[in-house]
Amino acid sequence: MLGTMAAPLPVDAVANTVQARARAISPAGPGAVRFERLDKTYHSAAGAVRALEEIDLEIPTGRIYGIIGRSGAGKSSLLRTINRLEEPTSGRVIVDGQDIGRFDENALVQLRRRIGMIFQHFNLLSAKTVRENVALPLVVAGLPRRRIDQRVDEVLALVGLEGKHDVYPSRLSGGQKQRVGIARALVHKPEILLCDEATSALDPETTLSILRLLRDINRSLGLTIILITHEMSVIREVCENVLVLEQGRIAEEGPVWQVFGDPKHDATRALLRPLSRDLPEDLAARLAPRPVAGGETIIELHYTGAQGGDPDLARLAATLGTSLRLLHGTIDRIQGHAQGTLLVAARGISEQDLDALKGHVGSARVVGYVASDV
Amino acid sequence: MSPAMYNRLWAAFLDTVQMVGASALIALLVGIPIAVFLVVSSPGGFYEAPRLNRAVAAVVNGFRATPFIVLLVALLPFTRFLTGTTIGVWAAIVPLSISATPFFARIAEVSLREVDKGLIEAAQAMGCRKWHIVRHVLLPEALPGIVGGFTITVVTMIGASAMAGAVGAGGLGDMAIRYGYQRFDTAVMVAVIIVLVAMVTIVQFAGDYTVRRLRDR
Repeated sequence: MLGTMAAPLPVDAVANTVQARARAISPAGPGAVRFERLDKTYHSAAGAVRALEEIDLEIPTGRIYGIIGRSGAGKSSLLRTINRLEEPTSGRVIVDGQDIGRFDENALVQLRRRIGMIFQHFNLLSAKTVRENVALPLVVAGLPRRRIDQRVDEVLALVGLEGKHDVYPSRLSGGQKQRVGIARALVHKPEILLCDEATSALDPETTLSILRLLRDINRSLGLTIILITHEMSVIREVCENVLVLEQGRIAEEGPVWQVFGDPKHDATRALLRPLSRDLPEDLAARLAPRPVAGGETIIELHYTGAQGGDPDLARLAATLGTSLRLLHGTIDRIQGHAQGTLLVAARGISEQDLDALKGHVGSARVVGYVASDV
Repeated sequence: MSPAMYNRLWAAFLDTVQMVGASALIALLVGIPIAVFLVVSSPGGFYEAPRLNRAVAAVVNGFRATPFIVLLVALLPFTRFLTGTTIGVWAAIVPLSISATPFFARIAEVSLREVDKGLIEAAQAMGCRKWHIVRHVLLPEALPGIVGGFTITVVTMIGASAMAGAVGAGGLGDMAIRYGYQRFDTAVMVAVIIVLVAMVTIVQFAGDYTVRRLRDR
């Protein structure tokens, strides 16, 4: 991977990798989470349901780690074992090198004060003001009044909610409520922040602002953020690593650009589908299966992000020895890796000619042929 | 109505206020812990204790199923044990509170049960102990419903306190029966009814107002 990166990279991509490496502290450092052969089975009248199956996983510290899967894939159960809101049926959860399954109630309370959590429906207390909501974790920990007030002011400023101290949550918008939730989760200066579908109840614009806030917090406070979502766009926006869960098992795991650029598992592909674009209808209608005399070849170029560098159309044209017309496509930049699919039209190209493109693109295939200018 | 009768009416009113007030206070202080226990000890609660839960629930249901007038008589020995007498205001307070407490506990239980499970989860996640959850989450969040339920309890008790006259407790009900009914004094009867209606109206209004204030935030 590092070898391919020798190609010229945009500045922000270099900065990203350097930063990511600098932050990869020892795995047992503060905020590290490890699952060992974790199993969770629910028993109900309808029978036993195995929600998690033999999860072996290490979550690096200081990153934004995304867990994605369809509903019922076990994301929520997995997340909740980290602060023991969910007790595993078997296996261990190791936080900062300690097996939290052995903790007694006191140790568990202390652990939970080091792990913040935010929720899809915010879960703010309606009978308390913003200030009281954010202060509650400190109040139950028995901190002196003055230090509580000071800390509450700090975190409310951090999430951009100055001046809302004495407002009740019912008077706030969804985005503001989640900011209160984040402030409450951060008030103990945790090492880990768990986000349970934190943006699923928000509109796209608010989602983006909350995700930016999470990213800022991750950068400035250096805490580990573990978030679960069913939306690929959330993962793409903020996560560095992603875990795809499917029916309680790990489908695949890795840096987001890698998993998204070259999904290996059907579950990942299914989740990615809403982000991909199919062949435009007008084009599909005119597509012929065989070459048409004097017509053009439609080629789909796929970039997985592993190629390094950006799609260089002039170079492709030179390699093929013909001109290319760009018809349709999307290139995303994920963690500095360009990836996506482009549809191009060229004259007189056969399947064999495409072999020459190897190394420049992830994959290239002939989609079909059209009679003349599209 | 003679001036003497007005004095009697005033004294009867004070007796009723005393009976209902004291019993309501007891129902509040005992009923809320019972309600909290029933909620947190039920299956899925954060302090599961199925057997004890069923036992407490059975006792609560037993008292609720017994009609007040029967309870009043059945409890006479217990009342004498506690207060040393079976007549008068304090003797009536014993059966009144024993009847009102389970009634109120059940109503409060419903409000507590309606508190969003997510809030309890959030409280656990932030490092709250069980007692903190009751104190900072369950009770404050259920407060509007509890106040509404307490209002209903007090209104029901004003009605029940009239029956306590049957054991010589005094109060407005006793006066209506003795003067209004047995002496055919319609004026007294009407006066008592007016006072009772006024009491119920004021209690209901105060309760509704408080609930509205609590919900409106």
